[in-house]
Amino acid sequence: MSQGPVGALLKYLGRDPGHAGAHHWRAQRVSALALIPLTIWFLSALAWLPDFGFDTVHAWAATPWRAVLLSLLVFCIAWHSQLGMQVFIEDYVHGNVSRPLAVGVSTFAHVLLGAAGMSAALCVAFRG
Amino acid sequence: MATGSGAAAASIFSCKTMANRPLSPHLTVYRFAYTMTLSILHRITGVALALGLIVLVLWVVALASGAELYSRFLQCAGFWPCKVLLGLWLVAFVYHFSNGIRHLFWDAGKGLERAQARRSAFFVVIAVAVVSILLLMAFFRKGAA
Repeated sequence: MSQGPVGALLKYLGRDPGHAGAHHWRAQRVSALALIPLTIWFLSALAWLPDFGFDTVHAWAATPWRAVLLSLLVFCIAWHSQLGMQVFIEDYVHGNVSRPLAVGVSTFAHVLLGAAGMSAALCVAFRG
Repeated sequence: MATGSGAAAASIFSCKTMANRPLSPHLTVYRFAYTMTLSILHRITGVALALGLIVLVLWVVALASGAELYSRFLQCAGFWPCKVLLGLWLVAFVYHFSNGIRHLFWDAGKGLERAQARRSAFFVVIAVAVVSILLLMAFFRKGAA
């Protein structure tokens, strides 16, 4: 199969340099453990709110601790989701170019979503 | 690896042999067990929840952008197909959470016996039913104010 410079680069970036699998496995468990208290906190807090209107939710989220916890929640979900989607893609997408390309697009989307969510959560509490 | 002559070893890796070689997992050789359904559901709910991350981030961004954009988000979320989708996401989350705890116990080397795995599968199904109903009632009873 002939591949252009982009294909060669993707193939290079998609290689496992060694021990990445073990690190991936650990990270998926660590992020899962972190998500247990974070998601319980988040869902029970939402369940206790009287309504989901802007004033209620904004007043709830606008305290420093809740903003930090909310941004941590977004971070851990994005992290855990990226790791999981990588496994999913590597199991079902084959090909020297399409596989690293799919993993790359997924990772980029997760970084984007994570950064947007985290900064928005902090903005709610710390905007001057 | 003792494969005999070099010619025999080469033929193992020829294209035709590679194409026809048995691939793991051998899904068709297993007798069906309902624990399998739980296993594939973990993956399916995981992918669904990855898409749910988009909605979570949109919600937080809308909250940070002010009352006007937030109310537009609520308006979209209140549309009935979106409500169904949000409800399904909640159930998917409760499932992924409960079964994920089961996976963490397995990773710690606990509960791997067949009888134990079946019992924990039963607990997961019951827990998902109870917790999902409680959360759905708590969330869908509230209005957007």
